[in-house]
Amino acid sequence: MATIEVNDIYFTYPTGVEALKGVSLTIRDGEFVAIMGQNGAGKTTLVKNFNGLLRPSKGKVLVDGVSTKDVSVAKLARTVGFVFQNPDHQLFSETVEEEIAFALRNFGFDAATVEKRVTWALNLLDLTDYRKTSPFMLSGGERKRVALASVLAWDPKVVILDEPTIGQDHRQKENLRQFIVQLNEQGKTVVIVTHDVEFVAECSPRVVLMREGMIIADGEAKRILTDTTLALEASIVPPQIAQIFHGLTFLGLPSDVIDVSEAKKILVEYARGSQG
Amino acid sequence: MSVFEGFRFRHVTSPIHDRDPRIKFLFVLVIFVIAIFFIEFLPLLLLFFLPLPFVWIAGVKRQWLRSLRGAVFLASFIFVFNFGFGYLYRSYSSTASLLEYSLAMTLRFLVMVGSFSIFFLTTSPDHLSLALEQSHVPYEFTFAFTTAVRFVPVLAEEAQTIMDAQKARGLELERGNFLKRVRNYIPILIPLIVSAIRRSLELAEAMESRAWGSSPKRTNLYVLKIQLGDVILLVLTIMLLTLGIYARYFVQIPQLSTFLPPLPF
Repeated sequence: MATIEVNDIYFTYPTGVEALKGVSLTIRDGEFVAIMGQNGAGKTTLVKNFNGLLRPSKGKVLVDGVSTKDVSVAKLARTVGFVFQNPDHQLFSETVEEEIAFALRNFGFDAATVEKRVTWALNLLDLTDYRKTSPFMLSGGERKRVALASVLAWDPKVVILDEPTIGQDHRQKENLRQFIVQLNEQGKTVVIVTHDVEFVAECSPRVVLMREGMIIADGEAKRILTDTTLALEASIVPPQIAQIFHGLTFLGLPSDVIDVSEAKKILVEYARGSQG
Repeated sequence: MSVFEGFRFRHVTSPIHDRDPRIKFLFVLVIFVIAIFFIEFLPLLLLFFLPLPFVWIAGVKRQWLRSLRGAVFLASFIFVFNFGFGYLYRSYSSTASLLEYSLAMTLRFLVMVGSFSIFFLTTSPDHLSLALEQSHVPYEFTFAFTTAVRFVPVLAEEAQTIMDAQKARGLELERGNFLKRVRNYIPILIPLIVSAIRRSLELAEAMESRAWGSSPKRTNLYVLKIQLGDVILLVLTIMLLTLGIYARYFVQIPQLSTFLPPLPF
């Protein structure tokens, strides 16, 4: 059964900006989707429609078969967890532990379950040492992890991450990537909104490409990120590996390579072939 | 956040926008003062209609009406309190005159909101700070003032994002009794205040790295000059003030209720 079904939705902001113009999309259980496109393409507007923060002016969004127009954001949030881009927009508690317990209490879990889940989430994101620390004392990367933990704690079926890689150093990004892939392998539906082509190339999810409030492409990362016409249209730069292979087609190499290890294998094979 | 809309400046030019903010402020102040002169309904009604041509010429009808709409809630309070207490303490000669008095007090408030709204709708923060500076207000203060004005919409937008973020964590603002509802706003206010402080520190550093306050006397690219239109507005303002004072002391202002048939109750 489809987890999120978007049915030809339109969305116009009160200021008159038409952010979505007829978007249809189905995200199935356990999928890993990256929504990409230039600034103002409507990515964040689209995902805000997934948990009812915004409701389409026309068309319908169904979450587990229920229209977002019929239920509250709080109800939908139980199924669709949303991690905002800037952790400073949500942190307010005195301790990290309290911060993570906030949503659990809102959803009415009993004290024992709250305790158990907080411990679990702290452990999951390697934050156990900071249990009693004020979230405001933590570094940017740590604050982001607290924000992530505070959403994962209630174990939503779908996790939406808005620009998860912004402001993260290389190691944090790599940890995040492994973490997201692992979450997805455990069966969680993951949706990320991002500009970071290299990050997407390494994760290799399904890519939905947006432009001016419409979806212009939808498919495997490998196919979409190596399509130079599409990249131009959506103002994204293909990952560096793809650019190299695009330039090496005259050697008879394939042009749809985005993965580092795959690229290495192909190049090694080519080098051996030309030697022998 | 629609309350702020009435006070948000949009960059347009019109004969009203181009007026010197100092004289415009004087004009608004005179309307304000005259509104305090009178407790009768008729002059306040006149005063309410007086700025309408200015709203029309400036082309800010929609925003002006919106700011009045924002004031309706408070205005209805003023009406209910005046009428209610007047009724309780029997400080009136007839129900009709009490009604008239309460309406007049409400109108006085609307006149003040309306006139100040015109001022803010047609004066850019830059112009305002220039006017303050040329009136010898220290630059530190004018800068703080214009920055505060400029950041109102930014903070309003940020408050919206924070509300969204907390709603996505299951916060229901409308749930619970009064006390609980007030408490529901803590998760919104704390991030908002923290980020405002953080933003102001960043702004301070950015300003200092751009040599803010390095020389005691600062020059401006634009300097306000009094033009013909400003003189006309000034004359109008003085006439208005004179007329107001004259009417207050020498004219017997009729009560509306004496013209109308008596109320049936």
